[in-house]
Amino acid sequence: MQKSLSIDPDKCTGCLQCELACSYDNENAFNPAKSRIKIFTFHDKGRFVPYTCTQCYEAWCMHACPVDAITLDKGTGAKIVHDNLCVGCKVCTIACPFGTINYNADTGKVIKCDLCEGEPECAKACPTDAITYVDANWTGLEKMRAWAEKTDAGQASA
Amino acid sequence: MTYVIIGAGPAGVTAADTLRKADPKADIVMIGSEPEPPYSRMAIPYVLTGLIAEEGTYLRKEEGHYDKNAIQYRQGEAESIDPKNKVVKLKGTDDQPYSKLLIATGASPVKPPIDGLDLKGVHHCWTLEDCRNIMKFADKGADVVLMGAGFIGCIIMEALAERGVNLTVVEALDRMVPRMMNEAAGNMVKAWCEKQNVNVHTSTKVTKLEASKDPEDTLVVDLDNGKQIPAHLVVVATGVKSNIDFVDGAGLKTDQGILVDECMRTSVDDIYAAGDCAQGPDFSTGGWAVHAVQPTAVDHGRIAGLNMAGKSAPFKGSLNMNVLDTVGLISASFGKWDGIEGGDHAEVIDTENFKYMRLEFDGDKIIGALSLGRTDQIGVLRGLIQTEIALGPWKERLMENPHLIADAYVACSQQ
Amino acid sequence: MAWAKKLLRVNLTAGTISEEALNMDWANKYLGQRGLATKYFVEEVDPKVDPLSPDNKMIMATGPLTGTCASTAGRYSVITKGALTGAIACSNSGGFFGNEMKNAGYDMVIFEGASKTPVYLFIDNDNAQLIDASDMWGTSVWDTEDKIKSDHQDPMIRVASIGISGEKGVKYACVVNDYHRAAGRSGVGTVMGSKNLKAVAIRGTKGVTVKDPVRFFEAANAGKAVLAGNPVTGEGLPAFGTQVLMNVINETGALPSQNHRDVQFDGAHAISAEAMAEPRESDGKPNLVRNAACFGCTIACGRISTIDRTHYTVAERPEYQVASGGLEYEAAWALGAATGVDDLDALTFANFICNEQGYDPISFGATVGAAMELYEIGAITDKETGGIELKFGSAKALTDLAELTGKSEGFGAEIGLGSKLLCEKYGHGELSMSVKGQEFPAYDSRGIQGMGLTYATSNRGACHLRSYTVASEVLGIPEKTDPLVHEGKAGLVKAFQDATAVFDSAGICVFTSFAWSLEDVAPQIDAACEGDWSVETLLEVGERIWNLERNFNNAAGFTAADDKLPERLMKDAAKTGPAKGLTSQLDKMLPEYYQLRGWTADGVPTNETLGRLGL
Repeated sequence: MQKSLSIDPDKCTGCLQCELACSYDNENAFNPAKSRIKIFTFHDKGRFVPYTCTQCYEAWCMHACPVDAITLDKGTGAKIVHDNLCVGCKVCTIACPFGTINYNADTGKVIKCDLCEGEPECAKACPTDAITYVDANWTGLEKMRAWAEKTDAGQASA
Repeated sequence: MTYVIIGAGPAGVTAADTLRKADPKADIVMIGSEPEPPYSRMAIPYVLTGLIAEEGTYLRKEEGHYDKNAIQYRQGEAESIDPKNKVVKLKGTDDQPYSKLLIATGASPVKPPIDGLDLKGVHHCWTLEDCRNIMKFADKGADVVLMGAGFIGCIIMEALAERGVNLTVVEALDRMVPRMMNEAAGNMVKAWCEKQNVNVHTSTKVTKLEASKDPEDTLVVDLDNGKQIPAHLVVVATGVKSNIDFVDGAGLKTDQGILVDECMRTSVDDIYAAGDCAQGPDFSTGGWAVHAVQPTAVDHGRIAGLNMAGKSAPFKGSLNMNVLDTVGLISASFGKWDGIEGGDHAEVIDTENFKYMRLEFDGDKIIGALSLGRTDQIGVLRGLIQTEIALGPWKERLMENPHLIADAYVACSQQ
Repeated sequence: MAWAKKLLRVNLTAGTISEEALNMDWANKYLGQRGLATKYFVEEVDPKVDPLSPDNKMIMATGPLTGTCASTAGRYSVITKGALTGAIACSNSGGFFGNEMKNAGYDMVIFEGASKTPVYLFIDNDNAQLIDASDMWGTSVWDTEDKIKSDHQDPMIRVASIGISGEKGVKYACVVNDYHRAAGRSGVGTVMGSKNLKAVAIRGTKGVTVKDPVRFFEAANAGKAVLAGNPVTGEGLPAFGTQVLMNVINETGALPSQNHRDVQFDGAHAISAEAMAEPRESDGKPNLVRNAACFGCTIACGRISTIDRTHYTVAERPEYQVASGGLEYEAAWALGAATGVDDLDALTFANFICNEQGYDPISFGATVGAAMELYEIGAITDKETGGIELKFGSAKALTDLAELTGKSEGFGAEIGLGSKLLCEKYGHGELSMSVKGQEFPAYDSRGIQGMGLTYATSNRGACHLRSYTVASEVLGIPEKTDPLVHEGKAGLVKAFQDATAVFDSAGICVFTSFAWSLEDVAPQIDAACEGDWSVETLLEVGERIWNLERNFNNAAGFTAADDKLPERLMKDAAKTGPAKGLTSQLDKMLPEYYQLRGWTADGVPTNETLGRLGL
């Protein structure tokens, strides 16, 4: 069963442990600026939203790559950037409508979430289970349940 | 069923791969006119800089990709199409019959009517062969004149600059990248390039090229401002046009390119078109446009492939967008970056640090954007425009600080 | 490697900025942050200096763990001679500023001199510059932070700034970062204001590394597991924040009320964590929106709150109808119990204003409490207050004064003096509930005896964060002691003081010490930093730092006579609760404490002690 990252902003405290884990895994340094996952903070609402590549089926980045440097990892479903092939043309960075593949000027390559070969460091580091790595189907089920609860609540108040 | 694709660029290859997935048993024939395996023109500048070898430009890196997927790759140049008998006539070789045809012949550079453009040492930078020729001349310290500072010209400029040539850019219009940038941004790019020791002449035309014997095998480029510039190499990047001449007589409706509907169908049954030669639906205007950029080519190819295989996949239209690296200054433009009448815009200019961001609104939706000096999360501009997100209170915040695009996108789409 | 090994020196008088290598000999003896910056400070600054003179310096310093993934490791401290106290000041803050400084490649920034005109320091990795801040002078912390981010077109810039109160010399102004995290006490923001330094803004993208990554991840993960499994750091603080203490301390009989006349507060529940979680009548939503974390913190005790939109403070002011930093226990106590106000929304509003204009809610609330007593006894009248009816329990008086103090206008300018100067001005110095000029926080020395000694001997004036014996005396951490007895507290206080100095110097939050001992901290420091860092080494570092600070204060003119509590706590017995009939037994604890410290009976470290510690 393929897994995917499941993100629950309601549980996120904005601690950035995910960014620390991600950047260390990829850059060998604690450097939130180079993290592939990013926490958006909406301070006037007291809301924190973890945000990263959803490994979407459309994979605009992968299709747009002119040199075949982004491929599908069939095991994890992740779209992987191959540094030896990437020429740094940045076309993927404008093609991805989520803004989750980004150019790293230090290396001249693009960077994106690769699901850490099936063991995402961000999920391991999250202290509140705001980021979990679960069966892809199960995340759908949870979403449906949450939606059903909303519907119920609507009926109760009606 | 035989699918035939004329053209082996990104649109053609994407269509071939899409067709193979959608219709595992059909015959697929892809016809390319160049000797190399299908490659990406976009990657040529990186061959020029030495970052990659020619193989690095190949569109598919997997060993035996086309054979493995039973995509027959044929060398040949299409001469004409006979829709009645469903064949493509090829120059100097057997006709190619088709059940369904995709025209993905791309575009070619145009040569302006200027004397001397046929001289030795004058090249386009369009094919791998051009690339090899340029590399012969463009050594460190060589004098190089680049005609045209449009999108393609600027991509080449980056590579030439990196080779360490003494570079002069001549652009007829009043600013650099005029079709991608407004005056403020275009001037900023010019100032940046000049800072990187590139000589830039805007509002300037090349009037004539002459061979020079001092030194041997060089050129002199005459400008309409009276100046004469010596050159070991002149690179012509003054625009491209769709490769559609060969379809004359086939009955296809054309304009700038071959007109196609939202399923990439031409006006003739069983003939489709995609990529730089196709004039398809434009997301921003609701009209038809040639968007000669990589993401549009692959979108076209994918949509065409699906529809040819009988899967209904209507296209919402391509978004005009570009990303450009001019000697280290990275810029991007999306959609209607020049705005619409009566629409609001947000703009911040930081001349000192070469940062610029402009957003164009229609009501509380973003319809276009232009940015310089920023790469982080730049793709959300596509998301904001193409999903037509109603920004609500975020419009006001973006008007104050347009750099909050990612925050706005996440806030509006994830809450 | 953990340390960036580089500091930035900014001379505001000359407008110059220079880089220096970090003194690693000192780093090995003082670790970082509080300890190391204090070492730099005492080496460079005359102890007798006027805190507001250009000759005073101000250091913003991170610890070696700052910026790593150790839990809570995003801290920085502001070290200077305090404007409120005249003693060594070290105020610690979380948020996301410290890690940004480390990521820009600096362990600390030393500010010296004073600028002629308002400026702010902008650090973008290797590029540091002073930028004119004239257009920000006279604006709040919140507006300053927004403007800097907007001016530089970068929402990821982290900003620490002062508000109007810091510009105008309110004695207990803070340095506020990330809108509502503050280096809060002793008037470090006042010193910053005296230097015409409006803000420090940083963008750092270089990354932080550690000596032995494998061992470091093991130690950091073990530490996180300890925090998660501990009832205080794993359950109480995330769910209720520090406000979990309000009802607990009230029941302990150690919740000072109405300027310490009482040790319990009838309105405690109304301003407690439990009350913050109760749905309001107007919109059915509670005051508390959610808990929030500082950088790298796996506890997440921070409160994000909203004010009831129908409340008088905000009904006509939509700009305050947003979520922002909510009440922590100390602030809720000072704004509420100390003043007798039990209106949760009024307290939250006052807290917002404290953050917005950058001043310490503890000193402010306590000073308002003292002013209310002065008003009650007639020492000040409506004439002085400008018509504010300054009665205990008046929410309106509290919120009006919060706004006036923020801008140092009207009677707010006098509240901005702090309780000591205010009470002395009106002839009742004895009503100032402070030590060395700094107001008490939220624990009564009669009901928790160890805290009396903590306050009296704290090097930065009355403070709970120098040795939080509440942990032992109330919560039983690491082991339970009786809060009502004084025996054994001298040793307890010393042990807490030395250990806390280590936490404050490492880059981590002292709240981890609810769950962590130095046994948990040492492996993290040892794996991150060059050198050998055992528990024993760290304890010695802690004791060395404490004596270093004490020496500075002694040289600044403080004596044993300043290690004292107000008479009220020594003479007026607690009226209610478990401590009923009890006064503080400081006089019995202090001599033993001096002895344990290796100090003379006058509170001066002996040569033997100094020699032992390498001072």
